[in-house]
Amino acid sequence: MHSRSEGSTAVLAEGVSKSFRVPKHQVHTLKERVLHPMRRSGIEEFEALRDVNFAVETGGFFGIVGRNGSGKSTLLKCLAGIYKSDSGLIRIDGRVSTFIELGVGFNPDLAARDNIAINGAILGLSRREARRRFDAVIDFAELRGFSDLKLKNYSSGMMVRLAFAVMIEIDADVLLIDEVLAVGDAAFQQKCFDEFEEIRRSGRTVLLVTHDMGAVRRFCDHGILLDKGRVLASGSSEEIGDRYLDINFAASEAAAADAGAEQPAGGGQPSLGTGDAEILGLQFEAASGGISGTLPNGAKVVATLEVHFPSRVEDPVFAFTLKNGAGTPLFSPSSSWELAHSGTFAAGETVQWRVSFDNILGPDRYSASAAVTRQGGAALCIREDLASVVVTRSAPTGTLVDIPFAQELVSPTETKQEVSR
Amino acid sequence: MTIQRSDLMIGREVTGPTAIGTDRHRFWNLTWTLAITEFKLRFFGSVLGYFWQLMRPLLLFAILYAVFVGILKSGGGEPMFGVALLLGIVVFQFFTDATSLAVKSLVANEGLIRKVDFPRAVIPTSCALQALFNFLLNLVPVAIFLFAAGGRISWGWLAIPPIIAMLLLFVTGLSLFLSALYVSFRDVDPIWAVVSQALFYGTPILYSLSVVSDKIGTRAAGLMLLNPLATAIQSLRHFVVSPEYESPSDVFGSWAGVLAPCLIASICFALGVWYFGRSASRIAEKL
Repeated sequence: MHSRSEGSTAVLAEGVSKSFRVPKHQVHTLKERVLHPMRRSGIEEFEALRDVNFAVETGGFFGIVGRNGSGKSTLLKCLAGIYKSDSGLIRIDGRVSTFIELGVGFNPDLAARDNIAINGAILGLSRREARRRFDAVIDFAELRGFSDLKLKNYSSGMMVRLAFAVMIEIDADVLLIDEVLAVGDAAFQQKCFDEFEEIRRSGRTVLLVTHDMGAVRRFCDHGILLDKGRVLASGSSEEIGDRYLDINFAASEAAAADAGAEQPAGGGQPSLGTGDAEILGLQFEAASGGISGTLPNGAKVVATLEVHFPSRVEDPVFAFTLKNGAGTPLFSPSSSWELAHSGTFAAGETVQWRVSFDNILGPDRYSASAAVTRQGGAALCIREDLASVVVTRSAPTGTLVDIPFAQELVSPTETKQEVSR
Repeated sequence: MTIQRSDLMIGREVTGPTAIGTDRHRFWNLTWTLAITEFKLRFFGSVLGYFWQLMRPLLLFAILYAVFVGILKSGGGEPMFGVALLLGIVVFQFFTDATSLAVKSLVANEGLIRKVDFPRAVIPTSCALQALFNFLLNLVPVAIFLFAAGGRISWGWLAIPPIIAMLLLFVTGLSLFLSALYVSFRDVDPIWAVVSQALFYGTPILYSLSVVSDKIGTRAAGLMLLNPLATAIQSLRHFVVSPEYESPSDVFGSWAGVLAPCLIASICFALGVWYFGRSASRIAEKL
């Protein structure tokens, strides 16, 4: 690796555009071409990337984030030289190595030794470099003694270790990585994460394509957010993280609206229960106002559950649960204890149950389910995935919740005296 | 993030995939590695790998020999027609091995092409190289049969390397062309199978060229020899098996006539390189 001055640019993309021509009527054979020589099949231009600009500093860890179909993988392939961009300029300083998949080109009928050699040749190493790399790969993968075993006899864990070692042990200056983190068990992912830290320290430049904001927050210092082929946001990983949650929320809200049009009752799931209560809606509002459906972390929030009673009900229990993106319930208030005698509701009456709380939830998209039950648990109405809400924060800590805390600095001399006493 | 003018000078420009790339060393290293690997797999993949590799042309030879020499008495007047027949089969097998492997090669290696940037022409070229390895091995039984039938090493054998070089040029060009064409038109594969079949009968393999000269005329024989495969087989028969097989220059009437099939082989190569080079940058997205 050559030494490069700090602050120089390692990867530069300027005005990169790429579109795919998708014929409406695909001509796949010469026969069709000959039979219909005059038919100009209508071609649809699909713009995968539109005027993408960014620069990555040498040694930077750069995230390319976007939802499925946002063009992030196309961008990576253009950077890697697998696709040719239609216009724009891409320049990369140093040797590039691309990892779109672990173990590309591995042949199960060959021993690890041969596979490492082939992989080296594919990546453009000379035979001498490949031989030098062999020991490093085997050591990293902890596969000493297995190097002459055919890959088809490897356990899946061994295979993944080998694939990852092959990827790491190439002396590249710029690494382009596409969601390879998604594979493997937790222990393996941890190993990948450790290795990323290592790469970051070694001064290599990394571009990581992902839709996992957690990985971006954890590793990347900068990044861009792609949506429909355009750069929607670029900047620090916190900034793009918040925008990412926003667009994800907008998308799920639009989907919910679609669902609502077909199903007037609203919400994602049909209601369960006896039907003696009818949940009309659940709304979250920050006390300070702001965008509906978006709650800043740290603010006071009021949740309002609106319930209609078609028939007379005595002392019902109201409850809702907030689950984060991973499906973990984090907050579940209920009226059963403090408001055990909620009163008697006549047939046709409508009531709002309000819960206010300090929003200490970490940034994520949350889904809310609500229920109205009788004392003792018989369900009157249960609505799963009734509402969805996004929590944002300017400086996330990466934790599930941000518990408020008080802190103070104590003079060490006093502490010492206390100990010596 | 501001982009400074000086940044535009950094590193190298990424312009997308190419056929051959800028680094020749890398191209050959990868082509060689892939061809050797596939070759090894074929040979050591099964217990009888080498045996089956040899049996393929030999079995075909046995059948054709029984039918054409035993029953139809074709080539009866030529010396060592059995050896000449086997030689023809082996040469033709080199041609079909390479091209039939190459046609689908880009699609078969889709996983690699869509995920790594490397010179695209490596794939069909390695197919041709792999077929060349097979060919050289298949020449071993040809030599055994030749010596058993009383053939001897002669100065004529010096013609073997240039003939193989011409064949390789022809076959590599076709491999490049067909593999790139198949990406856009998937019926190239069955079409090519028919064309190969036609070429097999249109090349003096089962019969000797003198039959064509005698029954139809020298002009027809000359026309047939424009096919580089026919010239290669006929030359090998003349120089290696027996001088009684007329040499292509005799048929053409002059030594310079042999340049015609060589030119055709070169044109095929140039066409393959040109068409592949034109398609290389978009192969990955068309797969």
